[in-house]
Amino acid sequence: MLNFLARRIAQIIPTLFFVSVLIFSLQQLLPGDPALVMAGEERDPAVIEQIRQQYKLDQPIPVQYVYWLKGVLTGNFGESLRSKMPVRELIAQKLPVTLQLGSMAILIAFLIGIPAGIVSAVKRGTVWDYGANLFALWGISTPNFWLGILMIFLFSIELGWLPASGYVPLSENWRASLAATIMPAFVLGNAISAILMRHTRSAMLQVLESDYVRTARAKGLSERSVILKHAMRNALTPIITLGALELGTLLSGAVLTEQIFSIPGFGKLIVDAVFNRDYAVVQGVVLVTATVYITLNLVADVAYILVNPRLRG
Amino acid sequence: MTDAALPVSPVTQAYELDSPARRARRRLFKRKAAVFGLVAITTFIALALLAPLIVPYDPIATSWSLVRKPPTMSHWFGTDELGRDILSRVIYGARASLLAGLISVAIALGIGVPLGLLAGYRGGFTDALISRITDAMLACPFLILAIALAAFLGPSLTNAMIAIGISATPIFIRLTRGQVLNVKSEDYVEAARALGNPGWRIAFSHILPNIMPALLVQATLSIAAAIIAEAALSFLGLGQQPPAPSWGSMLNAAQRFLTQAPWMAIWPGLAIFLVVLSLNLLGDGLRDALDPRQR
Repeated sequence: MLNFLARRIAQIIPTLFFVSVLIFSLQQLLPGDPALVMAGEERDPAVIEQIRQQYKLDQPIPVQYVYWLKGVLTGNFGESLRSKMPVRELIAQKLPVTLQLGSMAILIAFLIGIPAGIVSAVKRGTVWDYGANLFALWGISTPNFWLGILMIFLFSIELGWLPASGYVPLSENWRASLAATIMPAFVLGNAISAILMRHTRSAMLQVLESDYVRTARAKGLSERSVILKHAMRNALTPIITLGALELGTLLSGAVLTEQIFSIPGFGKLIVDAVFNRDYAVVQGVVLVTATVYITLNLVADVAYILVNPRLRG
Repeated sequence: MTDAALPVSPVTQAYELDSPARRARRRLFKRKAAVFGLVAITTFIALALLAPLIVPYDPIATSWSLVRKPPTMSHWFGTDELGRDILSRVIYGARASLLAGLISVAIALGIGVPLGLLAGYRGGFTDALISRITDAMLACPFLILAIALAAFLGPSLTNAMIAIGISATPIFIRLTRGQVLNVKSEDYVEAARALGNPGWRIAFSHILPNIMPALLVQATLSIAAAIIAEAALSFLGLGQQPPAPSWGSMLNAAQRFLTQAPWMAIWPGLAIFLVVLSLNLLGDGLRDALDPRQR
């Protein structure tokens, strides 16, 4: 186990290095003088000079990279050109909002996707199976920003049940917070529940044909016990770790969902930064996202080994 | 005994007539969902190509007397906030979406397949280097990377296509590499090597045709993802720029007038949904038809 962990961490280091090169290289894509582009409408030479200093733009590119990396390694992602706040603080402020939304979305995705997948596999070839498959197709084919708009129209404008936009922190008023986030969380979880349903279905189908399930049936156990105690436990092991790997879908989805529902989270931060030409914030957000993704992948791998004794070396 | 004297069994005849491509086509056409996907996507392509001939109105012509009119016999899908005909804009919008889907996946294939072939065939340091760069790109969520790239490149449909194409590249590198590793030790590759073929010729002439089915399936599914990504970038204002019609930017405008003109939100979203659904159905059908083991 320790050997595996050491090997996995050793693999992560070059990946993180290339992630940093990739994100640093983004600023090389800016057309013309990067300092002028970053300054936008601002033509004050002092501001342009400050940008040049901040990004070490008067130095050769490898030197710029080393300075940038030094900052990143010490947790200094630079300063927002617009709000003048350190990027690290901005991210720390917005991340909990997206974490709340993301956790609710994952919970909704598991609550819908896994039962739907199990029913679909157990009732293979029936109307339940077709229904669950149609649901999965709907989930992966519907753009979440469209679903969000339709839900706002139905639940906020027509029925008036839920607020159309805004965010209330959980600590302030949990009821208002849930009311404000339940619709965006559903929109965000919809596609993931479809993916989970498909994976659960195929894992269950595989397990239901295995010898130990046949043995359990031969022992005379009830069908309920065979499915819930024997089949499901084994089929769900890889599915739980899949949840971590869907983080990418979740964060990509959060960008649009937060935009539609005006939720001041991580996704809205990157979009606002893009329009404010606040490139340090864009780089910071992408870097944190990638690092979290890589770390969660590692956690998922370790968790998979921990719950699967056959893989423990 | 000459060859002509050999009796030709019906089995051999059938085998010769039934090429793998024909078998795959027959399997594809047996699946109703895949056929639906194929017909729907062909219809959308025809609409996009024939847009100038079939649209009832100019998609960018504004009319103050027609601002936000609900669907009528003269404007089937209604009009938008500037009095433009939504049906004409949805038809023209198919051009931006399909073009973005095709071009960005072409970019991803153009970069990803050669790099995947190189990594898989050469192995060693080249493989390790390409694989680590691929891991790094895959660590950045698809849409977030596309948004970051589009932000630095500047907002336009062309840049959105480049951004989506680059973001979709690592999937093709990884897929191609994996497929190459699968077939690398097959007899026909060994034979090509024994005949003295250079590495690039073995990769492109012998390995590539054999891994095409997997690439084709992934390309179909990636076009669907690219169309959603283009709509998302246009929705955020980073793709097709107004007044040119695109489904994503139409949805952005629709959200602002949801209480007064809800029909503005229905049609562009439905168009994205139908195109993506069709491509997903076609992709699933192709996977089943080309690789029956995965069924």
